Amino acid sequence: MAHRLEMRNMTKRYGEFTANDNICISLDQGEVLAIVGENGAGKTTLMRMLYGLEQPSSGEIILNGKKVSFSGPQEAISRGIGMVHQHFMLFYDFTVAENIVIGHEPKKYGFFRRKAADEAVQKLAEQFKIGVNTAKKAGDCSIGEQQRIEILKVLYQGADIIILDEPTAVLTPFEVDGLLKTIRFLADQGKSIILITHKLREVMKVADRVTVLRNGKVTGSVHTSETNADKLAQLMVGRQLQKLNERDSISGDILLEAKGITIGQKGEKPELDRVSLTVRHGEILGVAGVSGNGQSQLIQAITGLRAVQEGSVRLKGQDLTEENVLARRKAGISHIPEDRYLWGAAKDATVEETALMGSQRNPKYSEKSFIRKASFRTRVKDWISRFEIKTSSLQEKAGNLSGGNLQKLIVARELDFHAPLLIAAEPTRGVDIGAMEYIHEALLEKRNSGDGILLISSELSEILALSDKIAVMYEGRIAGILDRSEATEETLSVLMAGGKQHDATAKTS
Amino acid sequence: MELFDYSLFVSAIRMVSPILLAALGGALCARVGIFNVGLEGLILAGAFSAIVGNHFTENIFLALLTAVAVSVLVSLLFGYATIHLKSNPIVAGIAINFLMLGLTTFALRAIFDVKGAYYNKDMSGLPKVDIPFVEDIPVVGQLISGHSPLVYTAFLAAILLYVFFYRTVTGFRVLAVGKNEAAARSLGLKVTTIQYGAIIMSGVLCGLAGAQLSLGQVTMFTEGMTAGRGFIALVAMMLGQSHPIGIAGSSLLFGLMDALSIRLQGFSMPTQFTAMLPYVITIIAMFFLKDRGSDSLAGQHTSR
Repeated sequence: MAHRLEMRNMTKRYGEFTANDNICISLDQGEVLAIVGENGAGKTTLMRMLYGLEQPSSGEIILNGKKVSFSGPQEAISRGIGMVHQHFMLFYDFTVAENIVIGHEPKKYGFFRRKAADEAVQKLAEQFKIGVNTAKKAGDCSIGEQQRIEILKVLYQGADIIILDEPTAVLTPFEVDGLLKTIRFLADQGKSIILITHKLREVMKVADRVTVLRNGKVTGSVHTSETNADKLAQLMVGRQLQKLNERDSISGDILLEAKGITIGQKGEKPELDRVSLTVRHGEILGVAGVSGNGQSQLIQAITGLRAVQEGSVRLKGQDLTEENVLARRKAGISHIPEDRYLWGAAKDATVEETALMGSQRNPKYSEKSFIRKASFRTRVKDWISRFEIKTSSLQEKAGNLSGGNLQKLIVARELDFHAPLLIAAEPTRGVDIGAMEYIHEALLEKRNSGDGILLISSELSEILALSDKIAVMYEGRIAGILDRSEATEETLSVLMAGGKQHDATAKTS
Repeated sequence: MELFDYSLFVSAIRMVSPILLAALGGALCARVGIFNVGLEGLILAGAFSAIVGNHFTENIFLALLTAVAVSVLVSLLFGYATIHLKSNPIVAGIAINFLMLGLTTFALRAIFDVKGAYYNKDMSGLPKVDIPFVEDIPVVGQLISGHSPLVYTAFLAAILLYVFFYRTVTGFRVLAVGKNEAAARSLGLKVTTIQYGAIIMSGVLCGLAGAQLSLGQVTMFTEGMTAGRGFIALVAMMLGQSHPIGIAGSSLLFGLMDALSIRLQGFSMPTQFTAMLPYVITIIAMFFLKDRGSDSLAGQHTSR
């Protein structure tokens, strides 16, 4: 039987650079195909060609036995291909139903029949067992709900082939489970799913087949039943991954002491409610929690981006509560921000300028307020080779780097301040496995040298792998602080969902 | 003479229409993500070409048509600059304003060979519409009957625009473009066409606004006769959050201030002082509604 979709010998060149080299994939009805690979392996390029956003340099797409070519997404959509983008394409002021029907609105004499739209969406949601509240505004929906809107939108447009681009990157563990179930259900209903990801655990859970890409080439195409996560990782990275080893506690004196930090508007529920925590020298304190439970505010309070109503921040005994960001950085805090575009880089600045941020007053790199680029460039070049940052030149705009590469640049920059305290917020979000390994090693090395790290991450595996102590945040409070030895994914999940520490430990003991 | 009487409100309603028409045009642009600072220039172009049309055709309908056509042409220039050339709409809008100020003054000399103002008693202005029955009702009749057709058009346009935005599919898509252009494009909506459509419509509305200025009350054109009404319209649009009904409300407020400032001159207040009134109100209104104005360009703010 012919495949529902086949992409044969797809090649895409940008000038000298070959993003996709002779890639072949196939997809059957009711099948979940995972395409895995590191950042820059060519996953996105391949999907952009399938969705009509890019034209292949050579190769052909065969849909239901017929050769097709798409000049734009509209054509791909009309042929039953739908894509759920990593960054949602939603109208936050519109209702859920409006977001789903837009482009194919039910109408009468040009008037928009909102009621009919609502009903159609309800029906669709029931048919595919995807729960949404059609009357709610999209902007009021949680990230998980917003993703369900996107999936329903694609289904409403009549897609038989659904491309999901890194769908689990933004979800909580609970939401991930829901999504995987939905994916499976859609496949059982006869839809074909292409899942782009680099999270191998999810791949093993939900996919029927996996195609692994590395540097624009297929390095393996296997059934999930015949492989395991380790083998896939090897195919992806091209070498054996090292396991993080157990280590001895080396924690020393108190480095950071935050006491009773409270942030919030008067008369409203505080965003941060009397949060206290300490980070010692040679210690990584992990802060776990579903995003939006006060982690961002905590980071902002400690780095000085936001004033606190109550409480104090001390570093090595020095009171920093009233100090500004610069003074705190000087006192010894460096910061890998959670939103790399908002806080970590200026999109329109060059790679070099982004790297220089924060060091512009360093006498090594500036003289009489003129920046000495030459001395600085060797530094940046060193980072680029060490972290394998892919950039065309130092003059490339930071916004043109892929998310993972920009993150590596920011990590390199912040590590190079050699500050005693590093606040690492989502340090590996959107970063590929190879780079993740490197960043994790760098963080551990920093810890082992006696510095303290406050690690904020929504990835439990990351928290568990790195932290000496783990604090869980829930609704602006610390729900519990666990030792490395007593923390498991279950205990943390209970705390993250608002359970008591007692419940958490009782359940697992 | 009293400060407040019927005739004050009658003149307020008359003063409203150019502001309201232009503000609705501005709202259309804002709703597709383009901040049209060029309203002032578009109105001026309309006002002048209405007189030109009137002078040469001696037909009031053709005069209106000329006003609309010229304003649309100018708005297309603005649209080409902002959509095709992707220039900053603020810069392009200001350029349009100064271009039109200069061009109308120049054309005034070239065509009519006069400086400052052109007036011809043989030209007929817009007719007054007496609404049957309504005109006989005391107070109400005085207020709402006997205005130029453009006054009614303005209020009708507000209602129609409301229906368009919130009831029709095309209106829904127009809103979508302004809320999140990238998302609209990804859905295959014809973003560029929609944006041009909105800009052309704003040209039509500003043309009518200009015609009301030059043909509505006195039939004449003076250099720079818009006197900042385009900017007042922008403020009205922002205060009304680009919502047609909200704009009707805020335009009424500014119309009233306009009328009041003229009335106050009768109380031997210096013109320079009374002419400040609408702007003082603008500043005060901005102060009270400081969080709201930005919503008219909501797309850029709420989309992440």
